[in-house]
Amino acid sequence: MKKVFALFLAVLLVAMAGCAQMATQGQTGTDGSNSTAGNDSEEVTINVYNWGQYIAEGDEGAMDVIAEFEATYPNIHVNYTTYDSNETMYSKLKTGGISVDVIIPSDYMIARLIDEDMLLPLDFDNIPNYQYIDEAYKNTAYDPDNVYSIPYTWGTVGIIYNTKYVDAADVGGWELLWNEKYAGKILMFGNSRDAFGIAQYLLGYDVNTTDDAELQACADKLIEQRPLVQQYVMDEIFDLMENEEAWIAPYYAGDYLLMADENPDLAFYHPSQGFNFFIDAMCIPSCAQNKEAAETFINFLCDPEIAGGNMDWIGYGTPESAAKEYMDPDMVNSEIAYPPQEVLGKGTTFLFLPQETNQRMEELWLQVKTN
Amino acid sequence: MQKNKPKVPPVRTGGSFFLTAPYLVWMVIFILIPLGVVVFYALTDPATGLFSLDNLGKVFTGAFPKVFGRSIWYALLAALICLVIGYPVAYYIAHRKPAVQRFLYMLVMLPMCMSFLLRTLAWVGLLRDTGIINQFLGLFGIGPLPLIRTTGAVILGMVYNYLPYMILPLYSIILKIDPLLIEAAEDLGCNSRHVFTKVVLPLSLPGILSGLTMVFVPAVSTFYISQKLGSTGTTMIGDVVESQFKSANNPNLGAALSLVLMIMIFICVGLMNRFVGKDHREDVVV
Repeated sequence: MKKVFALFLAVLLVAMAGCAQMATQGQTGTDGSNSTAGNDSEEVTINVYNWGQYIAEGDEGAMDVIAEFEATYPNIHVNYTTYDSNETMYSKLKTGGISVDVIIPSDYMIARLIDEDMLLPLDFDNIPNYQYIDEAYKNTAYDPDNVYSIPYTWGTVGIIYNTKYVDAADVGGWELLWNEKYAGKILMFGNSRDAFGIAQYLLGYDVNTTDDAELQACADKLIEQRPLVQQYVMDEIFDLMENEEAWIAPYYAGDYLLMADENPDLAFYHPSQGFNFFIDAMCIPSCAQNKEAAETFINFLCDPEIAGGNMDWIGYGTPESAAKEYMDPDMVNSEIAYPPQEVLGKGTTFLFLPQETNQRMEELWLQVKTN
Repeated sequence: MQKNKPKVPPVRTGGSFFLTAPYLVWMVIFILIPLGVVVFYALTDPATGLFSLDNLGKVFTGAFPKVFGRSIWYALLAALICLVIGYPVAYYIAHRKPAVQRFLYMLVMLPMCMSFLLRTLAWVGLLRDTGIINQFLGLFGIGPLPLIRTTGAVILGMVYNYLPYMILPLYSIILKIDPLLIEAAEDLGCNSRHVFTKVVLPLSLPGILSGLTMVFVPAVSTFYISQKLGSTGTTMIGDVVESQFKSANNPNLGAALSLVLMIMIFICVGLMNRFVGKDHREDVVV
């Protein structure tokens, strides 16, 4: 056993050394104060921290955005990692000890990060492609003066279901997720804000409520649902829905389009009670080490040609009308990616909530999952 | 049979102190300081950062006691099943020729070379409704059987992942049993059942004990297995702790839960040692 233990320690040490090296790699190029992005000969690594399945990576003939970027700016290397929810990303940043240069959180989370001084103001001189962003996505509630964020995508939340198993008569609203007929085949959001949002739409409450009784009622509703839920998931949903392990799941419309490519029996609808409309935007957190290179990266993603190729694959809405010229017309005309105005009108946005409400929601969410 | 008297400990010299120094440093940096951090977080309020017993108080409210109870119960079951499966395997390996032993030993170790997350995911692929087993059964018109998302699946996952931790200590203890003792017992008229119950089993008790501990301790604090193989009703305490650090951003509650779990593990292991240790003395020391 001693030998085994010694071996284990040795492996652990090597792993730790590896981590330490990675951490220092992330910082190369910061020592020289003149490390300007792109033109300088100095190598820079930026750490991009994004949602899973949220950038075109060259699958099935799609554009490989990061490879294109690194080809255009050979001095900037991208270290790309993913998270599965805004809350996970927030916890990781809050815990500290990491250096991240670009993040792409959702609206309500951006407001929270701004409130807690966790974002850096952007230098728009380095991001000339900001001009392509449509006016509708500027001066938003989460960043009213356009200081900290540049929209990456917008999208909606709805229900994905498998037409082979789900009765057309049961479809229409959020109550499908509480339908006992499909017990064990229903997936649910694995993050508190989206899960509570669904209960709030179903019960007719404001999705930005801070009222404790309403939050409690939502938690009760979610507890009622729990025995029917197969799993609380985020990106695992792709696998579970495509392989028909689960039949019903609430998720983001853009991801439905990706799943439908794999399994044509999947369908999507926007529930009648209303749904979340969100904007995900690119920001630079205060722990960033290479702000200028990060801005170069953000600018690159705003290039209409790149944004078009990227959105073609990820299936979310682009905030740049100019990008649509470079996109597959089928995608631009998709009523799921770009719902007609009468549908979009039912969408509501998640706004910034005070810290007590966030904490209360997390507490109740834990109760939902363990009660 | 008399237990050997412990040897007189060697006189502590400067040399032996220097030899232990690396481990002492290791222990302080990687065990004591992190433990201190856990205690610090457990005893501070998440919002204000001031001293508070609220986190520890919360551990004993709501669904947490039930989740703790469930984790301990599952881990105990897993440890016992590992013992039942692992003992014959260890016994078999220990009684082969050395070359065969080395090969079999390596086979037991082999799964440990692969990430435990991957191995658990492989079980998901086997057990789920659209998985390999159910697809195979479907060819004969059976199923799909509810294999995954059951308590049984969670315990299966734990037994599968932690079985080597049972077999390896058992093997090394059984290997050390003097064959002369078995021969002596046979000469004195023991049948094979009595040889096992009166000689082999008591002598392998230390291995059983360390095997149970080595399975129970990681199993009780495990996460991921119950998320992947269990239902929404089999959440274990490790999953709750993970969620507090990963997404809920409440390391204070997470630390309090870990601290209480740690104390419970100590109590369980202590009880197990005492219980088995007592039998051990009665049987071995004549």
